[in-house]
Parts: sequence; C-alpha cells; structure tokens
Amino acid sequence: MTQLQSPAEPGTASAAPSEVRPAEARSLLATAWLRIRRSKIALLSLCVVVAIMLFAILAPVLSAMSGNDPFTSNTSPEVLDDFETPGLPLPAYMYPSASHWLGVEPGLGRDLFARLAFGGQVSLTIALLSTAVSVVLGTVLGAAAGYFGGKTDAIISRLMDLFLAFPHLLLVLSLTPILQSRLRDTPLGQGSFLPMASLVIILGFFGWAYLARIVRGQVLSLREREFVEAARSFGSSHLSILFRQIIPNVMGVVLVYATMLIPTNISAEAALSFLGVGVKDPTPSWGQMLNAAQAGNWYLSDPWFLAVPGVMLIVTVLAFNLLGDAVRDALDPKASRH
Amino acid sequence: MIRFILRRTGSLFLLLVAVSFITFTLFQFGPADPASAACGQECTPERVQEARVALGMDQPFLVQYVDYMRGLISSRMIGAPGAESLCQWPCLGKSFQTNENVSDIIARSLPYTFSMAIGALVLWTLSGVGLGLLAALRKGSPTDKFIVGAASVGVSLPIPVTGLFLLLVFVNQFHLLPFTTNEINSPFGPQGPWAWVLNYLLPWIALAVLFSASYIRVTRTNMIETFGEDFIRTARAKGLAPRTVTFKHGVRAGITPVVTMLGMDIGLLLGGAVLTEQIFSVPGLGFTAVRAAISGDLPVTMAITMLAAFFVIVANVVVDLAYAAIDPRVRLQ
Repeated sequence: MTQLQSPAEPGTASAAPSEVRPAEARSLLATAWLRIRRSKIALLSLCVVVAIMLFAILAPVLSAMSGNDPFTSNTSPEVLDDFETPGLPLPAYMYPSASHWLGVEPGLGRDLFARLAFGGQVSLTIALLSTAVSVVLGTVLGAAAGYFGGKTDAIISRLMDLFLAFPHLLLVLSLTPILQSRLRDTPLGQGSFLPMASLVIILGFFGWAYLARIVRGQVLSLREREFVEAARSFGSSHLSILFRQIIPNVMGVVLVYATMLIPTNISAEAALSFLGVGVKDPTPSWGQMLNAAQAGNWYLSDPWFLAVPGVMLIVTVLAFNLLGDAVRDALDPKASRH
Repeated sequence: MIRFILRRTGSLFLLLVAVSFITFTLFQFGPADPASAACGQECTPERVQEARVALGMDQPFLVQYVDYMRGLISSRMIGAPGAESLCQWPCLGKSFQTNENVSDIIARSLPYTFSMAIGALVLWTLSGVGLGLLAALRKGSPTDKFIVGAASVGVSLPIPVTGLFLLLVFVNQFHLLPFTTNEINSPFGPQGPWAWVLNYLLPWIALAVLFSASYIRVTRTNMIETFGEDFIRTARAKGLAPRTVTFKHGVRAGITPVVTMLGMDIGLLLGGAVLTEQIFSVPGLGFTAVRAAISGDLPVTMAITMLAAFFVIVANVVVDLAYAAIDPRVRLQ
C-alpha cells in the first residue's frame, strides 16, 4: 500500500507510460499486453504457452504427420526387448527417431510423441475447464458477498473459510472416486469422459474460495463508488449492477488469479493421475504418463520415459507461472510484491 | 488477551464441528452406494442390506453423525445388532478392507508422517529463509537474480517429477542413499538418528525444493520492504553494526509473514504429504489415504481427511495466537 505513494520505487516507475498522453481507456488485455511486451521473460513465456497450446490442439495433425497414433501398441521383438528386460524398447526405438519422434513406451510400445500430444490435450482441457469453473464460481460468489453484505456475506465468507480449511489435494483425491461412482450412469460418465469430467468438477469446485476472497475485498470498496451509486439512482436492479457495473471492474484481478490457477490445476491433474485416481490408461495425460513411468519401475531402466512427460510438465507449469507473474505485475501492482 | 483466546478457540470449535459435519456428509452421501463398497466383491442384495444396517445407514442422517462423533468421546459398539463389536476410543469406525479400527491405522501412520514433516520443514525453512534473506541483502546483484530465478523454477517443479528424478539419480544410478524402508520411523529407534536422516533425506529434499521456493519469494519481498522502513534507517543512523541492524531489527520485523506461512504449511503437511509419501513408499497418512481412496475404503479416507482439516485449522489458530502474543495490535481487531 505504502509503495504507491513512494515516488522512487523502480517497479512502479517503469509501469507508468513513457510518453505523456491524456488518459485513455484501454482494455484489460491491451494493458496486460503492453506490459508483457516490455519484458523478455514474459514474452518468451507467452510464446511457450502459445506453442504448447498449439501442440495440444494440433495433436491429431501432428501425430498423423509422424505416422503414429497414441493407442496402437507394438510389442514385436524388433521394437521391445524380449530377453534381458522384457518390454524395454530397444535402443533404436527408445529414443527419438524418424519413425517415432520421441521413441516408444516400454511395455506396450505405443508412440510417445502421439501420447504426449494427445495427453497435452487431455491435461490442458482439464486444467482450463476446471479453472473456468473456479473463476465463475469465485467471481460470482465473491462479488455477491461483497456487494450484498450482511447475511449473504456472512454465509459465503464462512463457506470460503471452510473450503480453505480443507487440505486440498487430500480431499480432491478421496472425493474423485466417489464422484466417479455418481457420474458413471450419466451422459458425462461415458468412457474416457468420466475421469475428465470428474476432475473438472472436483478441481473447479474446490478452487474457487481463494479467488472469491480477493474479489470480495475488491467489491467491498467498489460498491461505495460513484458509478455504482449512479446506476442505483437510475433504478438499476441489484443483478444488473452486479453484472454490469461491479464484475467488469474486478476482471483485472480475476484475470490475474485465473492465469495463476491454470498451472496449479495442471499440476493437480498430473498429481491425481499420477496417484491413479485421475486419467487412466489407455487415455493419455501428462499425469497418466508419469504414472506409467513409475508403474513397474520403468523409469529406472528407461529414464527417457520419465523425462518426456516430466520436462513437458515442468516447461508448461513454468511458462504459465511466469506469464501469471507478468499479468499480475501488469494488472495488479499492489500484489506484485509477493 | 484472554478474551481473544476464548473467542478464537470458540470459533475454532465451531469450524471443527462444521468441517467434520461436511466431511461426514460428503463421504456418507457422496458415493452412489457405500453399502456395496462395504460388502466387497461377492455381494447379494441381502448382504448389501446387512451392510447397510451394520453401517447404521438405516438410521436418520443426524443420528449417524452424532453416533460417529460419539466415538471421539468414548468407545462404542459398532456393527449390525447381534454382530456388534467393540470399537475402542477414539473410535473412527472400522476399515471396510481389513475391519481394523481406523484409529489404529492412523496411529500406525502418524510416526511416518511426522518423520517426513519435521525434516522437510527444517530443511525448507533454513534454505528458504536463508536464500531469501541473502537475495534481499544483495538486491539487484547477480546473486539475487540467480536466487529469484531458481525460486521461479523451483515453484514449478511437480513433486512426482523431482521425486522420481532424485530416486533415479541418488538411489538407482549412484547408490548414494538407500531406498526408504518402513522399518525406520523415528530418530530414537534402534537404528539410531543417522539412519533415520539417511532414510528420509530424499523425500525431505523433494518437499523442500518445492516449498522453499515460495519461502524465498516471501522472505525476499518482505525483507526488502522492511529494510526500506524508517526504523531501520534510524537504527543505521544510530551507528549500530550492520549485522545488528539486519538481524536484530530487520529480520525480526520482516519474518512475520513467514511465520504465517509456516503455520499453514505445518498444518497441511501433518495431514500427509500425499505425493511424496506415495513416491517414496513411506506409509504415512497420505500414502494410507491414497490406498484407501483407490480401494473405496470410505471410513479410512473420511477419517484422514477430517484429521488433516483439523490440523490445518488448529495450525491457523495457533498462528493467530502467536501473532497476538507478538503484536498487540492484532488483539484489538
């Protein structure tokens, strides 16, 4: 807080526009982009994020180009060792080659590149959708708590306390199989859809509380502002004020926390699938691939099998984290000190 | 102060009741059919009905909840009428899988979880606070940039990847450390403290890499902020030795947010480091919870989730009280 008043703070000084121009309304994304453009690391991480997204979206195209798909197994003795360590890919197939761009899996001999690309689709879909669920819940509930105050606030705030008190991973871990048993007979629970739907619901449902708390704090001061008063005096309904006046004004914070929630959810998907309660074989995901690397201790004889999903996961989470830092610095200068 | 303590412990109690109630609801009414999970593979409709009665699921919901909570106060009989068995205090139900008392399972897991938590905690607090302080003191220097960069990377390293990598390098390739064994769960055991340290060193490092990264960030920002404050300038102006200014005045004031984080993380870790325990096969609470979750052993997962939430809540209140003891302004709010 005090930082805003102190003139000699280098961090905020660089954020001020260099040329003096009359204040002009700029969209959130434009503001964020202006800031990101200035930092090499932010720009690089944005490029990496875009590249990873494209990699996942284009999974069918890319794997078709490589001539493989993520499900066909090949256990012939020309590919997998039959003598010393049964199932271990022979050196020609273990590492990148023209026919298998990232080698093949031990055990089943499926193409690793195709699994990584399709796995990225699954992992990123889960992370993005669950983030969307959390963001919608957190924004609406947080804004409602801050705007209406009183009993609404008391109830929602206690709910937030409760959700924040639960050990996140443990609860998500133990509730996922329970939710799956519920979803099994619904349209959402068909085949490979079941783990994805359940992870989206669970991660989304348990991730809103922190954002809601931040939004609530912002709304508490927003609701006293003149433009809200003006809207009220025109006779706008509460709902219209909430959705037309209040929520658009907290979108900056929301965007910041959404960007930071995505890598958290990518890691959570990886963790749950790694533990065996999330995405399961044959559906690939980065967490499922880690699980496969640990299962049967394959990673000890074929470290490459661990490195492929591991490095992908680290690069993705790192890029999203750095991008999140940049977006936060751009849109929420007060928070940039943590 | 006493009023503050009473108020905080009062709200603590309410929160604990709420948490236990919600956990109970989620686990008892969440599953499509807990009774058939309880009766296992070969299930006939009659046996499901028996299991339902044995679990008390024919009773109204509130009765079930109160019955369950009564087990925390005294031993109680559990099971279908006629086939009851005694569940010793503190009773948290019986495992669907082994019919063992859940409290025994938890008691068996706790020493492992404690062993994991203590060492990791020491390691990451020392490295996190130390490196954060170093970065703050050398703000803007290459050292600072390196530490900040390392922290950004560290916070993005998923435990499954680091954990398996450590196992691969230190245990499998270079045989520097033994693979963790279940036989050691305390530094006071027959094998002695050194074996305990060696046994848990890798899991500690895996946890510490992830945690210390955020401690570095928080320590650094707070120390930089504190070093810019007036009382530090005053202390310097008085001609105090730089070391005294840094440690006696600066660190004492700038470390408080780290205390908060520490409290919450201790609470979290006591509930079981789920991933780390799984990777290193340490049979603590987290490991037990994963097994139970996969096999649908509801009483075990429910009890561990409740216990872990209790740890988090209690840790939060302890942090609050510690704060109030340090900083009188907190009590007035």
